[in-house]
Amino acid sequence: MNRSKRSPFIDLRPGAMLAPGALIDARSLSISYGGPNVLVDVDLTVEAGDLIGIVGPSGSGKSTLLRALLGAVPPTVGEVNRQSGLSVGLVPQVENIDWNFPVTVGECVGMARARGLRTPWITKSERAMIESVLERLGLHGLADRHIRDLSGGQQQRVFLARALYTDAEVIFLDEPTSGLDVKTRHDVLHLLDDLNRDGLTVVLTTHDLNGIAAHLPTIVCLNQRVVGAGRPEDVLVPDVLEQTYGSPMEVLEHGGMRVVVDAPRTSPMLGSA
Amino acid sequence: MMLAVTWAELLKPFEFEFFRNGLFVATIAGALCGVVGCYVVLRNMSYIGHGLAHAVFGGYAAAGLLGINLFLGAGIWGVITALGVTSIVRRRPIGSDAAIGVITTASFALGLALVQLYGSPGRNADALLFGNVLGVNSSDVWLISAVSVFAIAVIMGFYRPLLFTTFDAEVAGATGIRTGLIDALLMVLLSATVLATMSVMGVTLIAANLVIPAVVARMLTDSFGRMLGYAAVIGAFSGFVGMNASYHLDVASGPTIVLVASLLFVVAFAAGGRLRQRAGAVGHAH
Repeated sequence: MNRSKRSPFIDLRPGAMLAPGALIDARSLSISYGGPNVLVDVDLTVEAGDLIGIVGPSGSGKSTLLRALLGAVPPTVGEVNRQSGLSVGLVPQVENIDWNFPVTVGECVGMARARGLRTPWITKSERAMIESVLERLGLHGLADRHIRDLSGGQQQRVFLARALYTDAEVIFLDEPTSGLDVKTRHDVLHLLDDLNRDGLTVVLTTHDLNGIAAHLPTIVCLNQRVVGAGRPEDVLVPDVLEQTYGSPMEVLEHGGMRVVVDAPRTSPMLGSA
Repeated sequence: MMLAVTWAELLKPFEFEFFRNGLFVATIAGALCGVVGCYVVLRNMSYIGHGLAHAVFGGYAAAGLLGINLFLGAGIWGVITALGVTSIVRRRPIGSDAAIGVITTASFALGLALVQLYGSPGRNADALLFGNVLGVNSSDVWLISAVSVFAIAVIMGFYRPLLFTTFDAEVAGATGIRTGLIDALLMVLLSATVLATMSVMGVTLIAANLVIPAVVARMLTDSFGRMLGYAAVIGAFSGFVGMNASYHLDVASGPTIVLVASLLFVVAFAAGGRLRQRAGAVGHAH
């Protein structure tokens, strides 16, 4: 059954069933933007407390799946059900942000919250609430700074703070570590892990198999279809990776972690890589 | 021209009701355009503001010909044009700037043709095109007052969704904000602002009143809330001083108001590197 384009935020329809603990459930989901399908027959359930990484090559449908789970893209075929009244937040790619837009950190965090407010502007009491969220994410005292005047990791955390400030139960992050250095990437990963341990459900997309995906409890390998889903040790295997990325890959063990590398090539032009 | 005038000469025009009306409308219109212009500029929609002003002229002329209320006819015409433009911008079947150019200039051309064929309804064509303090009457005062109340209600009522949609439309839409509704609301507000400002600014110069105060305000602050406030003050100041200059220099009010605002831009631009950096951050100003 197709979802109405006018109201993509329909909660669980009467008669639809969600498994116990499930917050969002995609069933036989296919999506097309008028041409070939971007997603084909995807089944995916997001449960409370999940920390899921969606991986796949460019054009594999990662961002589309993220937006379909959010309810922002209607299914062409299949359905996405979500728990009634579920609050969700989206953290965009930092590359898509207009860093010259005149907005302070405090204004940025406050802009997404519209309900339960007496005034459109940020009052003293609301400022204290925003400071509390900023402090939780290590951004204490930065509310009056312009968003451009922050480090890469701080910028990423401002948008995480914006999503948290809406009391989101599920947060979606689109390539959260794209463009970040190794140390900052590490910090963001630890922050997401801490938030997840505090009860926040997190779904993210990433290109970074070794830096991010291998550290997550659940990985979904996507190439229009779900090629594999589960724990890293079950999913980060050569067969699944080759089907996902379309080229041979090897998986090495290092310090108890799985490390994905390109399989050696034997082309006479390139020699052995 | 001799610019040295006495205090009494400066205050003389205040004796005339038409001038007091014009000054009131120009000052309030400046503040209104300043605030609405912040959204227009930050969305890189300066061209829509410019085009819409021209489109409203067509509606004004057509309403005069059809014998219906000029403001109502022009307002409805403007809203329809604005919503049409928004729809094109969202769907992008062709370049949005080209589509805006076609729709709004066609409407302007229609207005010019109708004015030449049947005469200008209500006021002369020069006043409509370039603004004229003599063209301001009590209905303009009521109109600008009503539109200002409407603008305050819209901006207060939808402050955060408007900001969120202006800053980050995709995420706003993905997390539940009805961005189409917000865009439409802004277009209605923009149409009403253009209509209410037409008498003092003239259709050809309204875009400057929308853009310049917002750009100068952007140069002065990195905060969105403060930008709105600064733009309102800069717009009101430009309107007040420009209208006085219009009387004393015997020049149409639209150009003098724009020149005052432009002078403020030059001062702010010359003031320092940080301000210039912010000026470069503002989207293209038409």
